[in-house]
Amino acid sequence: MTPPTGLPAAYGLTGSASFVEFLSALHPDQLPGSSGTTGMTAPHGTTIVALRTADGVVMAGDRRATMGNIIAQHDIEKVFTADDYSVIGIAGTAGLAVELVRLFQVELEHYEKIEGVSLSLDGKANRLASMLRGQLGLALQGLAVVPLFAGYDTARGLGRIFSYDVTGGRYEEHDFFAVGSGSAFARGSLKKLFRTGSSTEDAVRTALEALYDAADDDSATGGPDVTRGIYPVVGVVDATGARILGDSEVGPMVDQMLVSRRQPRDPAHGGGAS
Amino acid sequence: MSVPFYVSPEQIMRDKADFARKGIARGRSVVVVQYADGIAFIAENPSRALHKISELYDRIGFAAVGKYNEFESLRVAGVRLADMRGYSYDRSDVTGRSLANAYAQTLGTIFTETAKPFEVELVVAEVGASSADDQLYRLMFDGSVSDESGFVAMGGSAERINTALSEAYTEGMSLADAVALASRVLADHGDEQPRSLVPQQLEVAVLDRLKPRRAFVRLDNARLSTILGS
Repeated sequence: MTPPTGLPAAYGLTGSASFVEFLSALHPDQLPGSSGTTGMTAPHGTTIVALRTADGVVMAGDRRATMGNIIAQHDIEKVFTADDYSVIGIAGTAGLAVELVRLFQVELEHYEKIEGVSLSLDGKANRLASMLRGQLGLALQGLAVVPLFAGYDTARGLGRIFSYDVTGGRYEEHDFFAVGSGSAFARGSLKKLFRTGSSTEDAVRTALEALYDAADDDSATGGPDVTRGIYPVVGVVDATGARILGDSEVGPMVDQMLVSRRQPRDPAHGGGAS
Repeated sequence: MSVPFYVSPEQIMRDKADFARKGIARGRSVVVVQYADGIAFIAENPSRALHKISELYDRIGFAAVGKYNEFESLRVAGVRLADMRGYSYDRSDVTGRSLANAYAQTLGTIFTETAKPFEVELVVAEVGASSADDQLYRLMFDGSVSDESGFVAMGGSAERINTALSEAYTEGMSLADAVALASRVLADHGDEQPRSLVPQQLEVAVLDRLKPRRAFVRLDNARLSTILGS
């Protein structure tokens, strides 16, 4: 008998503090990918890197989305703040991945509002794993989403990185990790450049280098686009919280990196001017 | 053969209202005040865990008096409604007005259709771009809703507190003045010995207009001590 504008009776039932469980029970049509679409033509997001610093973690992602051999988007954002102390980056089917991030953000905030406290970092990582597990069917249809999750563990006072596979497997990474099509090249780069206990600024530079190396060898990963002013999205988490760096901070670092990478032309390769 | 007594609908409603009013009057009061940069919620509440004040959404806060289990279930339902709407439409589509409406409908239905009405009173407040855009909705146990401006007091001594506030409240007060005023009027129990509330007895939160997304902030004891000490 409740009029349509009132609170539906089910909203008042005692239940868990999980928004995902609430959504699955009452509005399953709103879950990401519930329409059961298939097809390989959906845009894909590519490379995300994350590494630990002395103060927390840094995560960075390139800006390209591809659809087969077509570049679907030049300036897609694939790194987001998940809540006050964590960031999430996504590779895989872009549409589903962005929706998964949106749901994950609501999930964390919903828990915090209902319970009055935030989830622990492990709790957040586990929630993400179970959300991925619910998407296994889609992954088997070729619509896989592979996130990378990183945050500052306020109880232990350090940054931590979690990687996932499409079945919802959750693995804690030490020092650094990369996901996406260019991840093999990015990981190789990180392996050489990573320094334990580096400052946030140095870690951001390392992340930019790794993305550049990935873009160098993987056509699906986009390098920094200085003509349009499109730079990687960089997220930083430390004891003061999580934030996404602005272009005014990332831009100069990218410019410096490009200058330091510029090589004199080698006449022996025939590329020289004279 | 006993014939059931005829009780007029007026009598039933009056009895239910009296019952709800008595229940609400037993609890301590809550004050919601607009200040220059937002809206402050001040409750006399010695518990650190059982909150009377809470966040519903980015710019929307909730305060309640009465029976804890009843207003807690309303609060949870409100958070679910807000998150559901924000997730399926957009964050900017969640408004204080729609939440207040949903609460009004729900409380109204419970009041008329069940034997025992809810013994609660709620405030749903939304902070706007300027104090002229702020919204304060007061919801009664029977689902009646009123649109207030400046300040609202609910609970046992609401009438006396509202009178005291109307004398001392000025538009555009600072946060410190607003919290100090609210704690003074909450402490004054009329005939009793004058007393003053210490930060440990207060639950205070604000919707801070200047914060970018989530405006709701709880003020901890340290911050309250600085505010009340000055």
